[in-house]
Amino acid sequence: MSNLESIIQSCKEVAFDLDFKQAKAWKGESPGRIVVGYLPIYMPREIVHAAGGLPVGIFGGGDRKPIVKGDAYYQSYICHIPRSVMEMVLDHQMDHFDGFVFPSICDVIRNLSGMFKQHGFGRFVKYLDLPQNFVPEIGGRFYIHEMEHILRYMREVNGKEVTAEDLNHSIRLYNRNRELIEQIYDLREEFPWRLSLEEWYYVLRAGTVIPVEEHNERLHAVLEAIRQPIGTPQDRIKVVLSGAFCEQPAIGLIKAIEDAGCYVVEDDLMLGSRMILGPIDDQSDDPLEAIAHAYLTRSRYSSSIYDVHQPKEDRLEALVQQRNASGVIFASASFCDPSLLDAPIFQNAFNVRGLRYIAFQYSENINQFKVIKEQVGAFADSIKLWEDEPAEVSIA
Amino acid sequence: MSKEAIKEKSMILQKEMVEGLFNELDRVQETGKKVCYTFVPGNLSELIRCFDMLPVYPEINALQNAMRKKSAGYIKEAERHAHSEDVCTYVKCDIGMMIKGNIGPTGSKIPDPDVLLLSYTGCFTFMKWFETLKRSYPNAEVIMLHTPYQENGEMTPQMTAYMVQQLEQEVIPKMEKVSGVKFDPEKLKKILGLAREAQDWIARIFETTKHRPSPIDAYFAGVYYIGPINIGFRGTPEAVAYYKELYNEIMERVLQGLGPITPEGEMPEEKYRLVVEGPPNWTNFREFWKIFYDMGAVIVASSYTKVGGVYDLGWRHDPDRPLESLAEYCMNCYTNLNIPQRISLLSKLIKEYHADGYVTNSIKSCNSFSAGQLAMMREIEDKLEVPVGFIESDLVDPRYFSYSNIKNRLESYFQMLAQRKFIHETQNA
Ligand code: SF4
Ligand code: SF4
Repeated sequence: MSNLESIIQSCKEVAFDLDFKQAKAWKGESPGRIVVGYLPIYMPREIVHAAGGLPVGIFGGGDRKPIVKGDAYYQSYICHIPRSVMEMVLDHQMDHFDGFVFPSICDVIRNLSGMFKQHGFGRFVKYLDLPQNFVPEIGGRFYIHEMEHILRYMREVNGKEVTAEDLNHSIRLYNRNRELIEQIYDLREEFPWRLSLEEWYYVLRAGTVIPVEEHNERLHAVLEAIRQPIGTPQDRIKVVLSGAFCEQPAIGLIKAIEDAGCYVVEDDLMLGSRMILGPIDDQSDDPLEAIAHAYLTRSRYSSSIYDVHQPKEDRLEALVQQRNASGVIFASASFCDPSLLDAPIFQNAFNVRGLRYIAFQYSENINQFKVIKEQVGAFADSIKLWEDEPAEVSIA
Repeated sequence: MSKEAIKEKSMILQKEMVEGLFNELDRVQETGKKVCYTFVPGNLSELIRCFDMLPVYPEINALQNAMRKKSAGYIKEAERHAHSEDVCTYVKCDIGMMIKGNIGPTGSKIPDPDVLLLSYTGCFTFMKWFETLKRSYPNAEVIMLHTPYQENGEMTPQMTAYMVQQLEQEVIPKMEKVSGVKFDPEKLKKILGLAREAQDWIARIFETTKHRPSPIDAYFAGVYYIGPINIGFRGTPEAVAYYKELYNEIMERVLQGLGPITPEGEMPEEKYRLVVEGPPNWTNFREFWKIFYDMGAVIVASSYTKVGGVYDLGWRHDPDRPLESLAEYCMNCYTNLNIPQRISLLSKLIKEYHADGYVTNSIKSCNSFSAGQLAMMREIEDKLEVPVGFIESDLVDPRYFSYSNIKNRLESYFQMLAQRKFIHETQNA
């Protein structure tokens, strides 16, 4: 097994370990360590790290977790992720978590935070109300209070006073993390066959459950490995995958998209890990202000952010161009309001602008993709056939 | 039951108010009044009024379209334009109506918005809804007031300060710009004083259901009562007069020992007292209501009548803290309460209003209400040992109203209530 293969394999194992064993082991290594779970999309993991914590992403049980109790908590017309998260917490798979953060993204996640509170899961439950006002003195200040609230909760657990130095150190590590991730995206854009989306997904998702220091090492090794001319290019079109930012599609679906004739060169699967564009100031006397400022001024577009001043369709179009993609695949979790309510905005704009796309829905626990694969295949073929220029990725 | 009810004076007053608003909306071209689209939860009626603007509530249009059997066509139209089957049907009904020329429920065209005021309280769909509208009305001014969620069951000073800053630095300056009217704090104070009066009256009105028999139905009739206070008349002398009149009429019923008035006249016997959680169905509103009153069930309290403000716990607008109280108002609407707060409010209602049961009407396309309802129901059942019932429908999409399913479920539920009552009465005999 090559070094790359073994990294991918270990990332796969850790990314889908629904018992979060690595987090448990990490916590047990030293007193004062805490584990803080967070839900999609984005939370400033830097503050957890600075408080001696491990932020752990909770992305649901996928197709690995049979739902027995979770369905009793959610009606059939609510997306799948909250029921699998309930199932996991009721099955004691997160008993070693000290607290939970629920970032503001939709009413389901919001109300799930209340259910966690009601049940008393963890030592704290914080719904993180990310600001919708982007003026630093208004929304920024509010956001800082929100972060201070989380810091307070963590201090109540482990007694650690977080200094500006601690925060700047954590910011540096996450800056590096984001930088490495973007470098890999850039390289994949050029040579997508060197690292499939499936493989990349394992690596990226592992970063949500392991310490950032370790993830940075892995990312660096992956980057080095794919700088080499490995793999064989296929006749596939480059696409952007959009809309799957919360409940995650099963791996089979991710594979099916590429197998059907696409290279996914941009996506929002682990959007939170890439939310901030460019580095956050790591020399500030007021690092919380630096984190807030970065969020207010340099966020990616997201379904959870009121976008009227920066229309999301323009930003997605720019992303398509930047990645030299031929089209967009809109994949929404079934009953996912934010994604489904955005879809007409994107699609109506793309119809006018002549951008190509297909759209479908999935559920984390469904792993039958025949129809989707056929649709994606037909989409890829139509682009290959009708593109003025042949799909450029077909040549090495 | 007696025949069709005679129109009470309060009903006439309400009709006049609503017609007056629609007439004013019809005449904006002549009067130059500015039109502000906004939502019911967290609505800033007092501020809108302060700038002499006219409010339009898209979700009210949607529900009225549903009651007039127009929503199905609008929803289909929106679905033809890439809107998913599974999202909030208020949005689709509104978008469909807009695509078809924005002819409102009264038959006249609703004027385009000068302002899209997103006072974003308790529901993420509002945000998406206005993102969509903004694309159709590119010239409208966009105002966003972010209302923090009561995630910890409290309104902290930081939350209030955040909102006040937004009001001072964003909302008010933009409203001044659009309306051409200078902000007058004294005027706002006066309006807030009247709002407070109306709130006192409505709180009293909903408390009358503590009487036996309850003189009103706090859900099916309650949705009419909350109309004026929620759709722009809070802060007017007319609203105060309306609620005062309504209260007097209800107290008259209490004195006479009368039960609620239904579309088929007076309910002769109060058999069951219920608390209902969740919005009603609008497409088959009367049929839906009939299932309850035919069984002698009266709703003594409901969460839905609190979407535009929770007044039960004593909160009121305060003219001496004008902006702070606008902020608190927004934060204090029902869907901005966290799940433990909702449970505690509903439990209080069940206990204080001596309810025999608790029913959830789960709305297919409204996550703001629905996500968590099952857990709330279980918690309430466990803690209060009250029989719980569960039905499913939708707001304005008739495809999701199954009369027979709902009727069957409710009939079994009422049977259970009857048995319990019987056992209880025999034990106490
Ligand atoms: S999948 Fe969509 S609706 Fe469900 S919790 Fe995530 S963002 Fe919310
Ligand atoms: S989702 Fe529910 S609360 Fe939100 S707009 Fe629709 S009906 Fe209203």
